Amino acid sequence: MLEPTAQLRSDLFEMKEQAPTRDGFGRALLKLGETHKNVVVLCADLAESTRTLPFKEKYPERFVEVGVAEQNLVTLAAGFAAYGRVPFVASYAAFSPGRNWEQIRTTTALNQLPVKVCGMHAGVSVGPDGATHQALEDIALMRVVPHMTVLSPCDEVEAYKATLAAAAHDGPVYLRFGREKTPLMTTAETPFVFGKAQTVWTSERPEVAIFATGPLLYNALAAAKELGSSTAVSVTNIHTIKPLDREAVVALARAAGAVVTVEEHQIAGGLGGAIAELLAQEYPVPIEFVGVRDQFGQSGEPSELIEHYGMGVLHVVAAIKKAQSRKLTRI
Amino acid sequence: MTTLTDNEAQMLEAKAQAIRETIVEMLLAAGSGHIASPLGLADIYAALYFHILNQRPSEPEWQGRDRLFMSNGHTAPVRYAAMAHAGYFPLEECLTLRKFGSRLQGHPERLRLAGLESTSGPLGEGLSQAAGYAYAARTDPFHIFCIMGDGEQDEGNVWEAAMFAGANHLGNLIAIIDRNHIQIDGTTEDVLPLENLRAKYEAFNWQVFEVDGNNVRAFVDVVEQAKEVADKPTLILAHTIPGKGVPEIERDYHYHGYPKSKEETQTFLNELRTMGGKIRSEHQ
Repeated sequence: MLEPTAQLRSDLFEMKEQAPTRDGFGRALLKLGETHKNVVVLCADLAESTRTLPFKEKYPERFVEVGVAEQNLVTLAAGFAAYGRVPFVASYAAFSPGRNWEQIRTTTALNQLPVKVCGMHAGVSVGPDGATHQALEDIALMRVVPHMTVLSPCDEVEAYKATLAAAAHDGPVYLRFGREKTPLMTTAETPFVFGKAQTVWTSERPEVAIFATGPLLYNALAAAKELGSSTAVSVTNIHTIKPLDREAVVALARAAGAVVTVEEHQIAGGLGGAIAELLAQEYPVPIEFVGVRDQFGQSGEPSELIEHYGMGVLHVVAAIKKAQSRKLTRI
Repeated sequence: MTTLTDNEAQMLEAKAQAIRETIVEMLLAAGSGHIASPLGLADIYAALYFHILNQRPSEPEWQGRDRLFMSNGHTAPVRYAAMAHAGYFPLEECLTLRKFGSRLQGHPERLRLAGLESTSGPLGEGLSQAAGYAYAARTDPFHIFCIMGDGEQDEGNVWEAAMFAGANHLGNLIAIIDRNHIQIDGTTEDVLPLENLRAKYEAFNWQVFEVDGNNVRAFVDVVEQAKEVADKPTLILAHTIPGKGVPEIERDYHYHGYPKSKEETQTFLNELRTMGGKIRSEHQ
């Protein structure tokens, strides 16, 4: 059942409302413009699609157009941050942090400056643009950098909260957003605690613990519902991939004895990698991974790409069953 | 125009000499590091730390200070030596360069030593950090300096920053290129020709000055001129002699990095000390 304390939408499974997570980012920037005078926004020729345009129009003196120059985007931001500003830099994740990883590492992370790297169009659900624009490695790239925080919100509402939380966090942050409209699951009342895993589906005696990040949390929930009483599971939203909520993840894995991870990202180095690294040390259990398996994406419709790369609801269902059977046969 | 009195110029030359000796002592103690560019930059750093920069060595993060971004982080020894001589930290600490636990990392880290402004080493990133800072500080009274190497002009990031600074009329930004014509694999014109560097920056809406970077008097004068430019970023193309002060390595790109051995480094130190004998006893 849906975890009541998470206060999710009651009509969640009817998918009445959808919105891209990037919209929540844009909405939060407007709020920050009002409340945080130190926030500046830097953009690399993608104001409309990164949803920074409304901020640009309302706060032109705090918006900096950098041109198509992602290396400069983040190093300029390091300068702004050294001065005392809180810069949000927006581009597509394939280019930032894709192209400017070393600049992020040296000038923001090693310097511990509060630059917020905002990567749009993450995952294969970018769709027709194809592999070049479908960032599937960005979580891995950011997760391995010391001092970096990684936030991956599940819907538009959570994206809003995550952006505000990023501004409040005194340090470098990576925020991951998607292009496509995806189902709204959370509500304004849903608690968002930076660094805390959030269980959104609970069972009395869960047999498999599911950890999901980003909009694919919906598929994890749909799989839980699909299985119903045949396989009891817990579903937990990992909006903060780093720092990972180690205590909660271990407790949930311990309670269920088997784990499935779900993400629109390479399994290697992503949420799956993070969970596996933790549980291998703390509480080894069978883990099944739903995500991209060392492949590039391609052009197509978002839904067909999600299916093609093995991240649909039925793929999650299959992974749950496999994890459960591995637990029983101890393989 | 002559800004400096004879006495002041002589003082700066003596500081440059002292900085050179400290650089070689540091490298000798460290057993590694770059020698040529730091020696070539000693006059510029002496002029900056003992005349040009508005600073408070006992209060490195003083709000009113001029900001100096070092983009060519491999030349850190010259900055450390200049800072030590200027009183930012004890001179003896220079000998901890590149050693475990030292504030003087092989490539400078902002959070380890107050007064550095940025972390550098990976090339081509200083100018854009300085440009971002300068943009944010447009209404502040201080200047933002950025020293780059010439070899790092190969980096695309430099030109992204140059275009941004020119487009945004960052008159508070003064960049200095250490035009010493050497990089690791050879001369700059052999590795990847940079010329016409002046015309390139001018095309990016920069005001460009050229100067003998080993002449403190001329360098101080040109910085004064650069400060007068309010509507454009300025570039000082400082022509320097890499390895300056040790005749047999001057202009030789083979000495971009560490000398062949500790023995050779010791020889260079002896040569430097012979030329500036009066400072010898200070460190021995």
